[in-house]
Amino acid sequence: MNPVWILLFAPLAGAAVITLLTQRWRTLSALISCGAILTGFAVSLWIFWALGASVELAPAPWQWLVLGERVKIEFGATVDHLSVLMLLVVTGVGSAIHIYSIGYMKGDPGFSRYFACMSLFTFSMLGIVLSTNFIQIFIFWELVGVSSYLLIGYWFEKPSAAEAGKKAFLVNRIGDFGMMLGVLLLWSFTGTFDFRELPARITTVPVGALGWIGALIFCGAVGKSAQVPLHVWLPDAMEGPTPVSALIHAATMVAAGVYLLCRVFVLFAASPVALMLVAWVGGITALLAASIAIAQNDIKRILAYSTLSQLGYMVMAVGLGGPTAAMFHLTTHAFFKALLFLGAGSVIVALHHEQDIWKMGGLWRKLPITFWTFLIGALALAGIWPLAGFYSKDEILLLALRVNKPLFVLGTLTAFLTAYYVGRLLFVVFFGAPRDPRACDHAHEPPWVMTLPLGFLAVLSLAGGWFGTVPYFLDPKAEIEHSRLGYALLLVPLAGFAVSASVYAKTAPNDAPVRKALGPLWTWIEDKFYFDELYLWLVQHVQGAMAAMCEWFDRWILQRLGIGGLTSTVNLAGKTLRLVQTGNIQSYVFLFGLGVVVILYYVVVR
Amino acid sequence: MIAVVTLHHYLIISGLLFALGMAGVIARRNALVILMALEMNLSAANLALVAFSKYNNLVEGQVFVFFVIAIAAAEVAVGLAILVALFRLKQTVNVDELNSMKR
Repeated sequence: MNPVWILLFAPLAGAAVITLLTQRWRTLSALISCGAILTGFAVSLWIFWALGASVELAPAPWQWLVLGERVKIEFGATVDHLSVLMLLVVTGVGSAIHIYSIGYMKGDPGFSRYFACMSLFTFSMLGIVLSTNFIQIFIFWELVGVSSYLLIGYWFEKPSAAEAGKKAFLVNRIGDFGMMLGVLLLWSFTGTFDFRELPARITTVPVGALGWIGALIFCGAVGKSAQVPLHVWLPDAMEGPTPVSALIHAATMVAAGVYLLCRVFVLFAASPVALMLVAWVGGITALLAASIAIAQNDIKRILAYSTLSQLGYMVMAVGLGGPTAAMFHLTTHAFFKALLFLGAGSVIVALHHEQDIWKMGGLWRKLPITFWTFLIGALALAGIWPLAGFYSKDEILLLALRVNKPLFVLGTLTAFLTAYYVGRLLFVVFFGAPRDPRACDHAHEPPWVMTLPLGFLAVLSLAGGWFGTVPYFLDPKAEIEHSRLGYALLLVPLAGFAVSASVYAKTAPNDAPVRKALGPLWTWIEDKFYFDELYLWLVQHVQGAMAAMCEWFDRWILQRLGIGGLTSTVNLAGKTLRLVQTGNIQSYVFLFGLGVVVILYYVVVR
Repeated sequence: MIAVVTLHHYLIISGLLFALGMAGVIARRNALVILMALEMNLSAANLALVAFSKYNNLVEGQVFVFFVIAIAAAEVAVGLAILVALFRLKQTVNVDELNSMKR
């Protein structure tokens, strides 16, 4: 059996075994799940190593669906530099998070279910990465949506978690619907779903149509990668367990949108309009989310908005024509954002599931390992030299400077805000005086299964960006520029840190100075620019009115006129015909005779 | 003037006879009379059969008529028996009152 299939199906087998057989043996379930993803990681490393040698690694595709002459859909696996990079990220970061989960979920009644869902998710995610065509990727795309739903609503007995799962699923469906239309439109023009055939086929497609196809397929990425205006599900998705947030909503699933854009970049490259749209959506998301992040109070929500903002960077990079830069940032972001989430998880566990940053404080003495690793993650996120985030963010900003100046300004502003909210998070959570002494006194470092992944990810966050390894891997001809300007940009995050330090580096910090400085804008930011309220209004009034109209149509036109009309017609006919049945033999004879006469008339005369 | 009797004359008589019988069946109220009118219908049919037989030089028509007469005799016997039974049950042979088929 081809190792690639083992890589893909091991997590699925794990999920099946856990669900069907080992629900009761919790440790065994965890071991199966971790074993499956570690197998995946090992295979990924082997593929990475074997990629240099010119052997065909991709297994022979399986003809899955043949509908006539024109539609042939296969189930295959793509093995190229792009997918191998993504495989390494998914399985590497995923392994760390799986192991971390053993500690984090300890004692939870649904322990086995959790690991089954995690394995199912891993399978779906690897499926997306390996897909060779749009149909295959769409199926796994939806599977990822389902497993994300299961994991967000993992604590389904909590209404807010159940709601959040539903919201994530529905919002994603909106984007996926657009993606499906885009795929079908693409097929109607080119007659192919296959990624490899795209470059040759799209030359015949008119540019206008390509713009539409690009925009529609981008809808899928907007949903999955939580870009404005479909970003509202991601912050709510923080209702799930923290390792889930790290795996799905920071490192892998939300990166799937960016991966898709890179995978079919040839399509976007051919349409300047689509590229422009992608770039601006990304840029706006980056700035908007970063600004919301500065006013949040929940440690996980801050990180969620930060994720949105970083995803915005990646999407913007794709839109600026730099899928390599986007993938670079995706990789480093997976490292440091997973690290940050896991660090936040450690803090949350240490404080007995307290997530409000204003109830933390002074934790750096209590949780040294968590603090130092979190610090590395935070500095990497802010883009401080020489951590991973610096290199990848620089790539994107310098690209923006070359291609699109307004987006460069947006990106730089985002970088400033990023450093600012990271600083706020660090100062409020780890420094100052403990604001909830009772909880903070008992805080202690989590067990080694949780700190080990933190260390692993911290090393990756430190070294992940060095020497531009990732861009070279993806594109050997890539020119990595680290001009003096790149280092000059370092001033931006430093300024952000300086501002946040001046506000929050106190024994008892609070938001009051910023609140005063920003005035009414602060309210807007604090209320997340009223996106949720707007959507609620839309759903209640616009969608509600449409539903009422449909209901009226159904009740009065379909039910009363259509079905009711039909039944009353039949009823009336029956009642009329009943009058014929008199019981009088002679009238029967008369009608019988009349019938004979009529038949005779028709036979003889006609 | 010598009147030539053709097949048409027979058929017209037969038709009239049938119509008369049919009118009796439909219009009369007494079940016994209806039965008699029914016999008239059969006679009309017999007449037509015999006429066809004669004018086409075929013997089958006459054979049919024999059968019809034989079966009609049996039918009358059954019919009268039913009538007697009906009268015993309902104390009437007026068909307007015999509408139990409605239920």
